[in-house]
Amino acid sequence: MKLTLKIWRQKDAASKGKMVDYPISGVEGDMSFLEMLDVLNEQLINKGEEPVEFDHDCREGICGTCSLQINGEPHGPDRLVTTCQLHMRKFNDGDTIVIEPFRATAFPVLKDLIVDRSALDRIQQSGGYISVNTSGNTVDANAIPINKHDADEAMDAATCIGCGACVAACKNASAMLFTSAKVSQFALLPQGQIEATERVQNMVRQMDLEGFGNCTNTGACEVECPKGISLENIARMNREYYSASLKG
Amino acid sequence: MIKSSLARKVVMALSGLFLVFFLGQHFVINITSVIAPDTFNSWSHFMGYNPLVQYLLQPILIAGVVVHFVMGFILELQNSKARGVRYVKYKGDANASWVSRNMLISGGVVLAFIALHFYDFWLPEIAYKYIESNPEDATRYHAETVHKFEPIWRMVLYIIAFVLLALHLLHGFASSFQTMGVNNKYTPTIKLVTKIYAIAIPLGFVFIAIYHHLNPITH
Ligand code: HEM
Ligand code: SF4
Ligand code: FES
Repeated sequence: MKLTLKIWRQKDAASKGKMVDYPISGVEGDMSFLEMLDVLNEQLINKGEEPVEFDHDCREGICGTCSLQINGEPHGPDRLVTTCQLHMRKFNDGDTIVIEPFRATAFPVLKDLIVDRSALDRIQQSGGYISVNTSGNTVDANAIPINKHDADEAMDAATCIGCGACVAACKNASAMLFTSAKVSQFALLPQGQIEATERVQNMVRQMDLEGFGNCTNTGACEVECPKGISLENIARMNREYYSASLKG
Repeated sequence: MIKSSLARKVVMALSGLFLVFFLGQHFVINITSVIAPDTFNSWSHFMGYNPLVQYLLQPILIAGVVVHFVMGFILELQNSKARGVRYVKYKGDANASWVSRNMLISGGVVLAFIALHFYDFWLPEIAYKYIESNPEDATRYHAETVHKFEPIWRMVLYIIAFVLLALHLLHGFASSFQTMGVNNKYTPTIKLVTKIYAIAIPLGFVFIAIYHHLNPITH
């Protein structure tokens, strides 16, 4: 199929960017979106032009590195997939596809479609861990009984790959779905209780410091999340936060 | 605590729920203006002269409204800053409802309405009681209210405002429960109650406005 790509080009973090049109042909329905961009870049390199920079790593939907706002939605029009798992058969011959970087003040553009998402790492570092004695007499994790329901919910929350699509989709650029998934995966388990109070307070504080917006419960994040992280996690984070605040 | 995003959200949700409660109470009083004018007169007189209502509940209500819309503007301002550079193409309707994305528009119209409503009813009351120092008259409220709805433009403005209020509540009522951390097996019920309340109450106010417009008091 033949497509017209409208792509955000930006030389570096300090430069002003702009949209540039690229006609492309020879795109197969079985190609992933990133493979389609590989084809474009090959053409650009052959013409002696600068290739379009974009983030990617595993290309199998598990690392969260690929991004892209495609036709106004993070990871494009398909549901529960990352951009590397989005197939070109979701588009039609002759389509115009608008490709932009994820937009958030906390996600500055580094070059073209690549944004710096280390703000999410810093939220994780501020509390998304448990302290375990690993000096030799470590207790086996399975020695602590956990009911199936809690274990499942914790596992669901832990499937968040930190891609930032929730932030990109949200009209407020809020990172509450990400943060709540990271809070929940510990809050649901006995191992997470010791640091529970400081964890939620520190992670919310870091989230605010990074300049993410305030959630208004539109639910856009949940729809666009490639891992189907639920809004229930945000409600849980809110409960954790309020009870932590009451404890002082 | 007010410094954090979650604290600001709680303020928004609690003030919103408080206004939802107030709106229900206001409706119960107003509907008597249609079905029982004498009751409307006596209830209005009670609300207007009871010191507890006048000096405690009324200031709390005004504070509730002010806190709600000021916090709403602050949140929206921060949220707009958090996006920074706008998308060239943003498909908001692909993943979220119009009402949830436009709380500032629906809220803004309601704010403009509240200003009109103050001018219509609150300022004349204050003038009547505290500036002109008129004597108490427990029978005047019904006729005054009906007169207000004689001009068609006022009826139309009230209808527009209540349609926008309905849109505001369609998202806001259920949303405040999510904000408070309630998302469980009761959530479908909360969403149903939200739909019923958000449509029925504003519709009731619209009915009252139309009724009084169509049934003027002729002397
Ligand atoms: C005075 C004009 C008003 C303005 C400018 C305004 C503005 C806003 C804004 C911007 C929000 C979005 C914040 C969010 O979703 O978290 C909101 C939420 C809300 N508003 Fe209003 N509003 C107004 C009046 C009202 C009234 C009269 C009611 C009820 C009768 C109300 C009930 C709510 C509720 C329940 C929420 C949801 C809070 C939450 O999501 O936690 N608002 N308002
Ligand atoms: S919550 Fe979903 S959209 Fe947000 S970072 Fe995690 S996986 Fe990505
Ligand atoms: S490249 Fe790893 S999830 Fe897409």
